[in-house]
Amino acid sequence: MMYGFEWDTATPLTYAWSILPIILIGLTVTLQAAAAGFAIALGLGLVFAMLRRSRIRTVSWTTAVVVEFLRDTPLLVQLFFLYYVLPDYGVTLPAFLTGAIALGLQYSAYTSEVYRGGIDAVPRGQWEAATALNLSRMQTYRDIVVPQIVPRILPAMGNYLVAMIKETPVLSVVTVLEMMALANMIGERTFEYLVPLTLVGVIFLILTLICSAGLHRLQKVLPKAGIPLR
Amino acid sequence: MTQAVKPPLIQFTNVAKRFGALTVLDDFNFEVAPGEKVTLIGPSGSGKSTVLRILMTLEPFQEGQLSLAGMSYHEPNGTGPFKASERHLRQIRSHVGMVFQSFNLFPHMTVLRNVVEAPARVLGLPRGEAECRAIDLLAMVGLADKKDHYPSQLSGGQQQRVAIARALAMRPRVLLFDEPTSALDPQLVGEVLSVIRGLAHEHDLTMLLVTHEMRFAREVSDRVCFFDKGRICEQGAPEAIFTAPEHPRTREFLASVLR
Amino acid sequence: MEWVSYLPSLARGALVTASITLAAIAVGAVLAFAAGIARVEGGRVLSTVALCYTEIFRGTSLLVQLFWFYYALPLVGVSFEPVETGILVLALHVGAYGSEIVRGALSSVSVQQHEAARALNFGRMQTLFRISLPQAIVEMMPAFGNLAIETLKLSSLVSLISIADLTFRAQSIRNLTLDSAGVYSLTLVGYFAMSLVLMALMRLIERALRRGPAFPRAAHS
Repeated sequence: MMYGFEWDTATPLTYAWSILPIILIGLTVTLQAAAAGFAIALGLGLVFAMLRRSRIRTVSWTTAVVVEFLRDTPLLVQLFFLYYVLPDYGVTLPAFLTGAIALGLQYSAYTSEVYRGGIDAVPRGQWEAATALNLSRMQTYRDIVVPQIVPRILPAMGNYLVAMIKETPVLSVVTVLEMMALANMIGERTFEYLVPLTLVGVIFLILTLICSAGLHRLQKVLPKAGIPLR
Repeated sequence: MTQAVKPPLIQFTNVAKRFGALTVLDDFNFEVAPGEKVTLIGPSGSGKSTVLRILMTLEPFQEGQLSLAGMSYHEPNGTGPFKASERHLRQIRSHVGMVFQSFNLFPHMTVLRNVVEAPARVLGLPRGEAECRAIDLLAMVGLADKKDHYPSQLSGGQQQRVAIARALAMRPRVLLFDEPTSALDPQLVGEVLSVIRGLAHEHDLTMLLVTHEMRFAREVSDRVCFFDKGRICEQGAPEAIFTAPEHPRTREFLASVLR
Repeated sequence: MEWVSYLPSLARGALVTASITLAAIAVGAVLAFAAGIARVEGGRVLSTVALCYTEIFRGTSLLVQLFWFYYALPLVGVSFEPVETGILVLALHVGAYGSEIVRGALSSVSVQQHEAARALNFGRMQTLFRISLPQAIVEMMPAFGNLAIETLKLSSLVSLISIADLTFRAQSIRNLTLDSAGVYSLTLVGYFAMSLVLMALMRLIERALRRGPAFPRAAHS
């Protein structure tokens, strides 16, 4: 029994049906973790992208190294690092938050590249026109750059969100009770892993198929020339 | 007339070709005698390139009959868009060669390899023999010294000459030229035309040429066909077409291009 | 200088990580080409099989796959050694993502190239192996480079099925010494170094392919 739900191992089908509510509770944790991680990745990625464009050589270069380092080392080890090292320095966070931060850190390296590509793709003429109209740097970003890059970067960002959802099971190693952790616990207790793990796999598959379809739809709806401003 | 003596090498009978709702060729009839040099002219979208692409089996057609050297393009119980098996199509292709507007050389092969690859792989010629022939052909188009270059190192005119040598290496009976000079800078057109002119005068190869170079068409062809809206509107000896066109559409078109 | 004493153990783990990664990339590349070619050139049956394979392995989480092969499969009588399981699952992952790369690069070979091949009467397989693949393979290399790095990173997950790779060794040392900062910093640096080596390796292969000397234009641009 878990979360008040009994399992019925009579047949694989009844078994799957009886543990589905438990797995779905895990799914909410999975989605929350991905959402929190993605929010961090979106914010931090933008910061990295802007620092990367800094005119001060030391800043842009340091940022490049940090981003490269985050991108080229495993999420699992970054997670262990945060989980075990932070408390040594007096920072004790709940496991869920540590997990979300780890996801966000790893993916901020990816999102910063997306931002960078998007900003680089804004034609030089747009910047020059903004200068000619005497817009401030802030106004240029707010009214000219961002509306133009959002449609361009959304599909790539969406793909990273999907990728991140699929990586949340890694958080189970630091005791975050997401879908796969629950499936494993059920497996340990019933000595029957096939059904719970397959169920989790199927849910992930459905989730990614829905997300890809949504992204596909989004790409069609997005205005090509940028978000229209009135 | 040559057509009267020899049976036609190419025969389109009531051919119709559509892209969805758009009809490109409509109830199209057309014959070419062996050795004949025919130029197809006309406004863009009139279906002249489509004739070549159908002959090369790059495009299927929906209705009517097409035969080449007595061989029908459709097989009696053929399936798929081409209504023929891949084997049958390859047999047809062995008689036809094509020179494309954009050359379409293989960028990852040297000039020599571009010319050798098909005879060696498809005809099964020993590589040494294929290379000897390739070098002869490259000499003919004046590019023997470029044999170890890659296509990207050549000018457009040189690439198109290699493409002609590559097509000839397969010893086709019919050679199709699909606007061979349209993608070239004006100063490079001459070298390509002079190679085609040489071929036209010295070979008994059957040639079909789609071009906008009217003076050249007049010079090399036995017959000129003016296309309009998927049909041949007027055809005849180049002198007749260029000096005394009968159909008003032909006159209009020639007036616009010969200005 | 306590951390120096970790080095021999971590180095042994790094060796395991490197072997598993390279094995998975090698097997995965074969799968990627098979599935990618099947998607583009295979008949309806073959391309559907390839599509199902890619969708399943791209659509479910790698860690779930790993546990499925490690815990669930033996229950229905199919079992592998942990190392084999690790390599297999990683290779299936590389194959699924790699097949998309192969498919994309093959479909980016221009229509004109296919028409030229047809005009020269090349057969389908000749066109694939002589014309399309040699051109496409150069285009695939940057994406395959990223996939290789991705594989190295994901190989850390095999530590969770008790394979003594770099991450596993780091965990053991940490449990023994409780020197989390030292051990994990070293481990991260180790992965970073391996990534750099792998990247250099992939770039070397790419340059050899580009030079070989098929794409002179690409080489001087």
